[in-house]
Amino acid sequence: MSFLEINEVSKFYQTHKALDHVSLSVPEGSIYGLLGPNGAGKTSLIRIINQITAPDTGSITFDNEPLNTEHIYKIGYLPEERGLYKKQKVWEQMIYFGQLKGLSLAEAKKRSEEWLVKFDLREWKNKKVEELSKGMQQKVQFIITVLHKPKLLILDEPFTGFDPINSEIIMNEIKSLKAQGTTILYSTHRMESVEEICDHICLINKSKKILDGSVKEIKKQNSKNLFELVFEGIMPTWIEKISEEPTDEGLTKLVFKVKNMNRAEIIKRVANEVNVWSFREIVPTIHQIFIDKVQEVNHA
Amino acid sequence: MHKIWLITKREYLSRVTKKSFIVMTILGPVLIALFYGVIIGLAVNQKTGEKTRTIAVVDSSGLFKNHLENPSKVEFIYTENDTTTLGKDIFGWMIIPKDFTLDNPKEIVFKSTESATLDLQGKLTNAVEASGKNQKLMQKGVRQSFLDSLKMEVQMKTLEISETGDLLSSQAELNFGLGAAFAFIIYFFIFLYGVQVMRGVMEEKTNRIVEIIISSVKPFQLMMGKILGIAMVGLTQFLIWIALSGILTGIISIFFASQIGSVPHNLPQAGNQIQAMNPILEAFFNLNFSFYIAIFVFYFLFGYLLYSSMFAAIGSAVDSESDTQQFMLPVTLPLIISFATSFSILASDPHGSMATFMSLFPLTSPIIMMVRLPFDPPGWELAVSMITLVLTFILFTWLAGRIYKVGILMMGKKPTYKQLFKWMLMK
Repeated sequence: MSFLEINEVSKFYQTHKALDHVSLSVPEGSIYGLLGPNGAGKTSLIRIINQITAPDTGSITFDNEPLNTEHIYKIGYLPEERGLYKKQKVWEQMIYFGQLKGLSLAEAKKRSEEWLVKFDLREWKNKKVEELSKGMQQKVQFIITVLHKPKLLILDEPFTGFDPINSEIIMNEIKSLKAQGTTILYSTHRMESVEEICDHICLINKSKKILDGSVKEIKKQNSKNLFELVFEGIMPTWIEKISEEPTDEGLTKLVFKVKNMNRAEIIKRVANEVNVWSFREIVPTIHQIFIDKVQEVNHA
Repeated sequence: MHKIWLITKREYLSRVTKKSFIVMTILGPVLIALFYGVIIGLAVNQKTGEKTRTIAVVDSSGLFKNHLENPSKVEFIYTENDTTTLGKDIFGWMIIPKDFTLDNPKEIVFKSTESATLDLQGKLTNAVEASGKNQKLMQKGVRQSFLDSLKMEVQMKTLEISETGDLLSSQAELNFGLGAAFAFIIYFFIFLYGVQVMRGVMEEKTNRIVEIIISSVKPFQLMMGKILGIAMVGLTQFLIWIALSGILTGIISIFFASQIGSVPHNLPQAGNQIQAMNPILEAFFNLNFSFYIAIFVFYFLFGYLLYSSMFAAIGSAVDSESDTQQFMLPVTLPLIISFATSFSILASDPHGSMATFMSLFPLTSPIIMMVRLPFDPPGWELAVSMITLVLTFILFTWLAGRIYKVGILMMGKKPTYKQLFKWMLMK
């Protein structure tokens, strides 16, 4: 069941088209990767979901209701460009933003306290934000985003500015929020983390959606029927060779392409002809798919 | 409304707890009180500070010994010759010749090391003449008690006929001062707090906090919350200034009043003296303070609201302080012009057509109407001016809100006026 449904949404600015009939469907409780190069229209889409701007055409359904102002209390948004009041105390700031997201004063205090403990920031709570390290500021920012327990969490490049240790902490928090049923829209142009956490992805380029679906399916769809074989013996002739190189052990490493045969059939036939040391299908990475697709569109 | 309140509260508390605010708030009244103290101190000292001079009277005619009445600041003592001092610090000797008679007054001589002022000479001859007159009257059978009853003190109010035929009094000086003070305070407050609004908007924009906030509240709510919060800071500061200045100047007044009271001779007249000394003060105490303060607060508040919505729009449109200059000038020009012309309005005609127009025109009325206020502008003008100001404030805030909404999310190039205009019309 989809939690967030974007139907044919378009957005025009004075000089350019930011979104062109974009439709996508974010399944409930999933981590949905919103991918695309800079300037593709990701931020425009996020702003529309956040109701910072309105779409020119199209509609949005949130939790089976047309998107309305009450929904902003159920959305948590971590923008790419982070910002906090530098001169304000950590604690006051967390409570303030919590209240803006509809929490009562008491509830905002209680939850802030819990998160400060969780992120090991308790002794910093009465410090001004500018006194904190960048990593700590990012943590505060993350807390502010999730304090009101949003049903939809929109993370725009959430790992920028974190060192590997803090990235790990945030990654675990994201996974744990997902486990609690939060739907997460994860916008990025960095592919490394996508395969690790995303269930579904959508690729936007030049204001248009160019593909979407589950990570598994997309990889399958974009499979190029490439295989890697390390063997000993005489090269089979029925394959379409892409590259060939000797290995240190005196074997041959071959990359080849086969059409109209499944993996099992290929293994069987190869094993009959040569001495197989290893065999694997070369599955495209999301990164590769991303680059290929974007270039395809740009060259078209 | 709840959200505007939350934002207002944050803006308010984050500002009034700043050290700079507390220092300014306390320092302001102290400076005002100090200024007041110096002025009053000078005025009082001019009167009480003048030393009483001892004049030795060498009266060879024998007519005046112990009969001369001491004029103010002069004390007569009687000696035999012009060298005796009787152990006192004698300012000079007044020598009345032997052949001086009431019917044939001969020339009297005054000797002193310092030259005698005309004022002093007048006092001395007056004393002799008055005593001589009294003696003549007594010779004709008038009794001393009757003579005493002739004394009276008359106070005078000075009026000046102006070119237009109006009568100007000391009240006019006071009105001038008040008008100038109002103009300055309003100008100062609108600028001070309007710029704070602009900086606050820019801070949120450049720190990128704004994107988080407007994913929770409407941009207009954020703008209004900020403007109202800072307005409350301004009012807080103003009210504390009024209260503290009142208390401090009160203390100073009591201090000086007791000083005047402690000077001998003048005890019964101490009160009169202050009044006579300073008709401006007298007029000052007759002012309708609550009316002035209410009108002031109104013009301050709506003048500030009108301008700060424009300041907010500027802050939203630019990325850095240096880019604000281009937009600041046209916005603040009416303010600067009205401040600059306020003095000529005060000096010439506070009810002239120029003054009247500027006090009705909403961009200049907060300053110019306050300038005119001490001169009692007609009630209908005041009403029209106030209503126009409120309506313009609503219109401008709405327009500014539209620029603001677009501006806070626009990064990069500084917009042109044309673009700002387009933003106003954008959906």
